[in-house]
Amino acid sequence: MSPSISAPALQVKAVSASPRGAAGIKQVPEVTKLIDVSVCIGCKACEVACQEWNDLGVDKIRTLPPGTYQTLPDLEYNFWQLIKFNETERDGRLLWTLTKYQCMHCEDPGCLRACPAPGAIVQYSNGIVDFVQENCIGCQFCVTGCPFDVPKISPSTGKVYKCTLCSDRVGAGLEPACAKACPTNAISFGTREKMLAQATSRAEQLKADGNAAATVYNPEGVGGTHVVYVLPHGDEPDLYGLPKNPRVTFVRLWKGPMKWLGNLVFAGGIVGVLLHYLGYGPRDVEEPRQDVH
Amino acid sequence: MTNGWTDISNADVILAMGGNPAENHPVGFRFVMEAKRRRGAKLVAVDPRFQRTAAVADHFVQIRAGTDIAFLGGLINYALQNRRFQEDYVRLHTNAPFIVRDGFTFDEKTGLFSGWDPDKKQYDASTWQYELDGQGNAKVDPTLQHPRSVFQLMKKFYSRYTPQKVSEVCGCNAEAFTKAAEIITSTYTPTRVGTIMYALGWTHHSFSVQLIKTAAMLQLLLGNVGMPGGGVNALRGHANIQGGTDMGMAYHNVPGYMPIPKAAHQSLEDYFKVAVPKPLRPNSVNFWSNTPKLFISQLKAYYASAATKGNQFGYHLHPKLPENAATGKLENWSWAFIYDHAAQGQVEGLVDFGMNPVCNGPNSRKMVFALSQLKWLVVAENFETETSSFWKPEILALAGKKTEDVKTEVFLLPAANFAEKSGSFTNSSRWAQWKYKALDAPGQAKPDQEIVGRIFTKVRELYRNEGGVFPDPVLALDWSYANPLSPAEDEVAREINGKDLTTGQQLPSFSALKDDGTTSSGNWLYCGSYTADGNMMTRRSTEDPSGMQRFSNWAWSWPANRRIMYNRASTDAQGRPWDPSRTAIVWNGKAWVGDVPDYPGTSEPEKGAGAFIVLPEGVARLFTPGDTLKEGPFPEFYEPVESPVDNPMHPTGQSRNPVATIFKTTEWDKLGTAKDFPIVGTTYRLTEHFHYWTKNHEKSIEMQPEFFVEIPVELGQEMGIKDGEMVRVSSARGHIEGKAMLTKRIRPMTIAGKKVYQIGFPIHWGFIGRGKQGGSLANITTPPVLDPNSFCPEYKGFLVKLEKV
Repeated sequence: MSPSISAPALQVKAVSASPRGAAGIKQVPEVTKLIDVSVCIGCKACEVACQEWNDLGVDKIRTLPPGTYQTLPDLEYNFWQLIKFNETERDGRLLWTLTKYQCMHCEDPGCLRACPAPGAIVQYSNGIVDFVQENCIGCQFCVTGCPFDVPKISPSTGKVYKCTLCSDRVGAGLEPACAKACPTNAISFGTREKMLAQATSRAEQLKADGNAAATVYNPEGVGGTHVVYVLPHGDEPDLYGLPKNPRVTFVRLWKGPMKWLGNLVFAGGIVGVLLHYLGYGPRDVEEPRQDVH
Repeated sequence: MTNGWTDISNADVILAMGGNPAENHPVGFRFVMEAKRRRGAKLVAVDPRFQRTAAVADHFVQIRAGTDIAFLGGLINYALQNRRFQEDYVRLHTNAPFIVRDGFTFDEKTGLFSGWDPDKKQYDASTWQYELDGQGNAKVDPTLQHPRSVFQLMKKFYSRYTPQKVSEVCGCNAEAFTKAAEIITSTYTPTRVGTIMYALGWTHHSFSVQLIKTAAMLQLLLGNVGMPGGGVNALRGHANIQGGTDMGMAYHNVPGYMPIPKAAHQSLEDYFKVAVPKPLRPNSVNFWSNTPKLFISQLKAYYASAATKGNQFGYHLHPKLPENAATGKLENWSWAFIYDHAAQGQVEGLVDFGMNPVCNGPNSRKMVFALSQLKWLVVAENFETETSSFWKPEILALAGKKTEDVKTEVFLLPAANFAEKSGSFTNSSRWAQWKYKALDAPGQAKPDQEIVGRIFTKVRELYRNEGGVFPDPVLALDWSYANPLSPAEDEVAREINGKDLTTGQQLPSFSALKDDGTTSSGNWLYCGSYTADGNMMTRRSTEDPSGMQRFSNWAWSWPANRRIMYNRASTDAQGRPWDPSRTAIVWNGKAWVGDVPDYPGTSEPEKGAGAFIVLPEGVARLFTPGDTLKEGPFPEFYEPVESPVDNPMHPTGQSRNPVATIFKTTEWDKLGTAKDFPIVGTTYRLTEHFHYWTKNHEKSIEMQPEFFVEIPVELGQEMGIKDGEMVRVSSARGHIEGKAMLTKRIRPMTIAGKKVYQIGFPIHWGFIGRGKQGGSLANITTPPVLDPNSFCPEYKGFLVKLEKV
């Protein structure tokens, strides 16, 4: 990896509920993770690497979800990336699309825009969107604000979690754990420029190889993403469990011209919570995780 | 592998069949993806299931489990009928021009070759021979026109394997087959190369050796053997299974693939009579004529000063395969037979390293019964296993026994795992790679060599003090290690390479071995791995002057650090490469240069020594003469022993392999019929697990927590089974239960006009481990059937029935 994206990688670019242009914001090269779906074999090495590096473990061994090899039905607060296994048919051919799913690290992050808690969500200059749990108030506006349905709340801590793009590793000049573990090089990591060029040339190669609709998935509706895909059936991102035109419109509206209304709603929410507390008393915290081994 | 993992990136076409490399070899699979990305290679997957490899393949064909020979025979026929074979290569490098003796026949109606004895149920192979001239050389017809030439016989033999026939047998549609055939045979031109990747999907059948031979024939016809990016590549299932095989793990070989001496070979001379073949063509190298040098050096490594010229280098001390006193036949001590003998009370004790026969043997109930017949059992393992705990009530119940009825004394020795000891791993590419211990073994766990060292020194002491029936082999064995209780890996590696006993120098290569007792080498194949210059297996240079991912200074590859076997076949009669952009070796006028040549280094091409130096013919065998293969010289399609239909190739004749090995010794050795068990069952592995080991690992269990049965959606609908419901799979041997996984990835098929369903289930669960175990042990259902050449069990393609629980 280029040293130019390591040392200053964790420069803050934007801070939730704070004015833009805060002190100390510098320009650093943007990073991007590229997922080439056409060579992903769904081996789940990335899932394990993510769990291991981030010291995560699912709450309890699941019972097998019917009909699939997929580890879990969806992302969880302690399971930050998931290979989606979809069986579909196209032109009389069976397709088994195996697609790695995680936070997209949007250039225009719906979660960050939606977050009312100062400093709970930050965007670094290298493009990584990170959650700072100590500032999180558990309101889950980010959950609603995310067009990819990524952030998940922990029932025990009441905070929201998601993929950090291994900001700790990237900050130390390393690639994310998933990219490191991928045996087929379906996951690449590097500067945004290099990754986009690589993605474009791979999509061209797939087109020449008979996949007329092959494309790079880097949706404009969220200002582009720092996780981009090469999709063989690029005209149907839903085949891979990806939204066709993700947007942050609702959030834009209420964080922009309608912000006053949002604040009112937020204030109203606090009043509501207060009334609820007065009426029903404190909430029982759910039992912490019990591993079954 | 004839080639190697990195070399797969040089292929234009990759056929993944009889293996699911994306699933089971995900790391090596990167080279397939590299071939796709770098060269635009096409990947064709052929399998009973649409699996992870199929998910990224350019073309997938579903076939019925166990019908691979029909599919490959169809490809051979397609190549021959459409002139899509590399004629110059075939003429030069195969036995296609050889004339076969008059009297060799194949009866299309009965499905049997000449020489069948219906009473003894075996072949007399005397007609399966070449016609020889006065000098003992095989007669040839370079025009390939002689009606008894191998080429013409083969062409006629496979003319029955039409696309329609393939479709009828395999249950795929003929167009899907033809499309696959077009892609695969596109490599018949000199400048296109294809590779085949296979694994246990080919070895787990009652005709597995013939099946792999069919693949080799196809690759030879297409001119793909010896070429960079070509070959027939076996994907080995463990980090060091190749090393184990090389070191004489199978009962019929000694280290270095020399045959085990038999009871009748009382002298070295007797042994060399069978171990040294006669050349069949003038100028052929006939490599195994070197056997005396290799074998005597091995005896010197075993017995050192106790091996002298005067005592035939200690040959009398060497184990010999015994004859059964009752039948006069040689005893069979291949893997499955060990347990068959144990089940019959013929084995007193068993030492079991890194092996869990209760789970990985076929017909698990018989395995449990076999263990219960032992007087003692020693298991060296990382974890408690179903084998070390076979006496637990829930496991022993499989054999219908109670714990108090079993007298077996069981010792579980904690063993260090792969990361807790140094040494070498030999991977599928034949690369012996040195590895270093990462951490100490916990508690009292010991590395294998220490366990062996401690047992050996104790046994020797007992023999020395108390005598015994035949103490000499144990007392004479050279065990002069610095620490006899735990020989150092480095010391053993040096011993395997061998040395000049006069100078004490490590030998540079097996060509230095002598038959006069002045050299020693534990395994000639590894001679050159640890030379006077040091341990070659530790090399880690990523230089690649070839530009073809050969990495000749990375670790060390047997034999002689050769990366591509049979590489002489990558050139024409003059030693010019078939494909100048993809060379393995070339003749520069004085010597062969490039990769380490699989040929005498300065032998002129015109001399015609033959590219396949290990065969007495000097060329590759499309026709296998003699009784080398028990079923015949050409592979014919036979049904799995348990099959839903009569063989469509000869419906009124022989259906299954006439010489398949079928156990009938215990009450669990049962076969079922399609009437009671109408569904084809098959077993396989998953990426998320490694055999029966990772069920002890938290993350693997998170990824795939419990046993399941993959069922075609249509069959589920027909039987009213929903996703996630419990189902029972039964065979004539026993039953298991698990959750139903309905899928479109296994389709119903029409076989010879009959609708046939296939289901599949993974092997990784048992009784002991994390997650949900509960005895869902796939091999409870697998049949007591073996290939008659390799004695590998038929784990894939057998009959079951399915019920809702």
